[in-house]
Amino acid sequence: MSNTRQHDASSAWRAPVLIVVLIALFVLEGTTRNAMFSGSWNTSLAILNMGLISAVMALGVNMQWGYAGLFNAGVVGFVAIGGLAPVLISTGPVAGAWGAGGPRLLLALAVGLGAIALAAVLWRRLMRPLNGVAVLVVIIAGFVIYRALFDVAVTGIEANNSAAAGNIGGLGLPVLLSWPVGALFAAGAAWCIGKVALGLRSDYLAIATLGIGEIIVAVLRNEEWLARGVKNVTGIPRPVPYEIDLQRDAGFVAKAADFGLDPATASGIWVKLCYAGLFTLVLVALLVLAQLALNSPWGRMMRAIRDNETAAEAMGKNVTRRHLQIFVIGSAVIGLGGAMMITMDGLMSPNSYNPLRYTFVIWVMVIVGGSGNNLGSILGAILIWFIWIKAEVWGPEFMGFVTSFMSDGALKSHLIGSAPHMRFVAMGLVLLLVLRFSPRGLLPEK
Amino acid sequence: MDILNALVAILNFVVIPAAAYGAQLALGALGVTLIYGILRFSNFAHGDTMAFGAAACIIVFWGLQALGISLHPLPTALLALPVAIAVTALLMIATDRVVYRYYRAKRVDPIIMVMASVGVMFVMNGLTRIIIGVDEIRFDDGARFVINVADFRAWTGLSEGLALRQSQVVTLVVTALACWALFWFLNRTRSGKAMRAYSDNEDLALLSGIDPDRIVRMTWIIAAALATTAGVLYGLDKSFKAFNYFQILLPIFAAAIVGGLGNPVGAVAGGFIVAFSEVAITYPWRKVAGYLFPGWQPEGLLQLLSTEYKFAVSFVILIVVLLFRPTGLFRGKSV
Repeated sequence: MSNTRQHDASSAWRAPVLIVVLIALFVLEGTTRNAMFSGSWNTSLAILNMGLISAVMALGVNMQWGYAGLFNAGVVGFVAIGGLAPVLISTGPVAGAWGAGGPRLLLALAVGLGAIALAAVLWRRLMRPLNGVAVLVVIIAGFVIYRALFDVAVTGIEANNSAAAGNIGGLGLPVLLSWPVGALFAAGAAWCIGKVALGLRSDYLAIATLGIGEIIVAVLRNEEWLARGVKNVTGIPRPVPYEIDLQRDAGFVAKAADFGLDPATASGIWVKLCYAGLFTLVLVALLVLAQLALNSPWGRMMRAIRDNETAAEAMGKNVTRRHLQIFVIGSAVIGLGGAMMITMDGLMSPNSYNPLRYTFVIWVMVIVGGSGNNLGSILGAILIWFIWIKAEVWGPEFMGFVTSFMSDGALKSHLIGSAPHMRFVAMGLVLLLVLRFSPRGLLPEK
Repeated sequence: MDILNALVAILNFVVIPAAAYGAQLALGALGVTLIYGILRFSNFAHGDTMAFGAAACIIVFWGLQALGISLHPLPTALLALPVAIAVTALLMIATDRVVYRYYRAKRVDPIIMVMASVGVMFVMNGLTRIIIGVDEIRFDDGARFVINVADFRAWTGLSEGLALRQSQVVTLVVTALACWALFWFLNRTRSGKAMRAYSDNEDLALLSGIDPDRIVRMTWIIAAALATTAGVLYGLDKSFKAFNYFQILLPIFAAAIVGGLGNPVGAVAGGFIVAFSEVAITYPWRKVAGYLFPGWQPEGLLQLLSTEYKFAVSFVILIVVLLFRPTGLFRGKSV
């Protein structure tokens, strides 16, 4: 990697220019109505909010890739497991769910984890041929007991009011508390996978994370007791006011009228502005922390390891441990982003976790923004998110223009019909072009 | 105890489907392992290469159908396969020219090549979606069954039926032929030996006058042929759906790593290991248990994991191999 990173310093104007371009794009989206922009502040702010969340995720990926050169191909999984936190922490308890099998469920999970831990201990403590047998016995016995406890508990919980609930329910705590919990969930998953796959070839982490990503999403999809699976959890509490309450509030309606806005539009804009403020707060806090870490002795060590592992190892640095550390921290940030996203959507829908969208688009954001540069990842994330959303509109427009000279027919309608898929090609091309011609991205690492 | 019926049930629900699936995985893993051995990176675009190859095959198949050409009772897709392979190979060589060659010349870290392959994956995924759409497509036009359940019951007088679908037989036969051809090529021909030499030790191979560009080109052609064949067979067996080919990437990687990345024999073995574990662990054994122990009435389905978690099986195998034998069962080249 050293050959792609050691270039002369780039212009100091890049970041301000990029910020101005982004502001211009969002203002255009909010004010101008034509073939390219919608002219609605609601749309513009919705894109911005999701862009800010993507920026948090991109920051996490940048820690893993930019600081340490680790390829996490399972971002979607960490986003999803982070999104589980708002469901488990902030939704209200489901009446009867705990009685239907809660303690038994916890016991089952404890048995499962205990069996794995015991097996790991036995494997290390016992003598060579004996340990294999012992581990096998513990794992099989653990699995049988686990299933015996687990299946009954799950049947009980899922049978409890299955039309409206059927899940274990949440703790009913404030939703903001679920954000750090989401980070914790993702960190736990990352620790397990990093413990196994780090220290081996660099591709192995990519393949193992690809697996854990698919599995976390599969668990969310199928374990109805956890978060209702594909039946979705709706009505996750919000940290900001509801539109409907604002519209009923006479003071708010009067204020909206001062701006010349009808209550419906104004309430939408106000809620989105609240979210944007909240997300920006989190993002700025993360950015400051990340910059401080990057410029500390710890950050220098991480970059030294990334640029030359052998030399760093010779200097007495434990490369695998440091990699595990940064991998866990980065995944926690991704999980935080996942929790924020579910909070904003107010909806947990496991079917929406598409790896192309949540893993690889985030990657494009980091690479385009400038791997190793925190601000670059953030700006890259907002820019790419804007393009990704608008490409769905621009693709058919573009295809319509290209095919305008063609006579109407099967080919033309097929081309126009498939235009929304153009954005995958566009993302791939952007990734390839940046990787090839400007591997340090829009805002190169200093 | 009814051993015969139990055996038939196992054969019908576990052995035959797992063998067909294993053959498809083996072909996919062979492609991954070859690219890894020669070009030294894990190709994330392999799943989408399979999808593209299958899509190309389907389009040629539609063309043949429109012309009224059919291979009945065999699936006509087999006739379209060589054309699809040629198209995919051209695309792969073009991709290498535009994308990978630059990084190879710069001798970048393998992980940069992996990133580039993610970009290629996106482009190929989008291309496939644009060309053929995202809907499910069936293109197995041949005879459905070699043995069907009713006939089997009539022949044997057993209560348990057995079905052997034609796509399964075709998969196994084509895979056997492809493996035979590949191993013959690698072990017996001059070019194949050159490829193995290059994979073992690049510098030594270059010193003995092996042309690296030719090796790379051959690798892509063979990988394209394997990927297209795997993609078409998978599509014949389970119907074509673009997104499934992304999901099959994980079992394919697992198979290649279990066998030892870079080792072709290992890839074939790994494919079958992954497939048999996946099917055996997600199969409800209640029926078989019913035949073997007629007095025992188990409560559940005796299914270790539900079918939705079949990817978890390949993942666990992958983790176990990474923990205990990172070079794979057949000693690949990765450390």
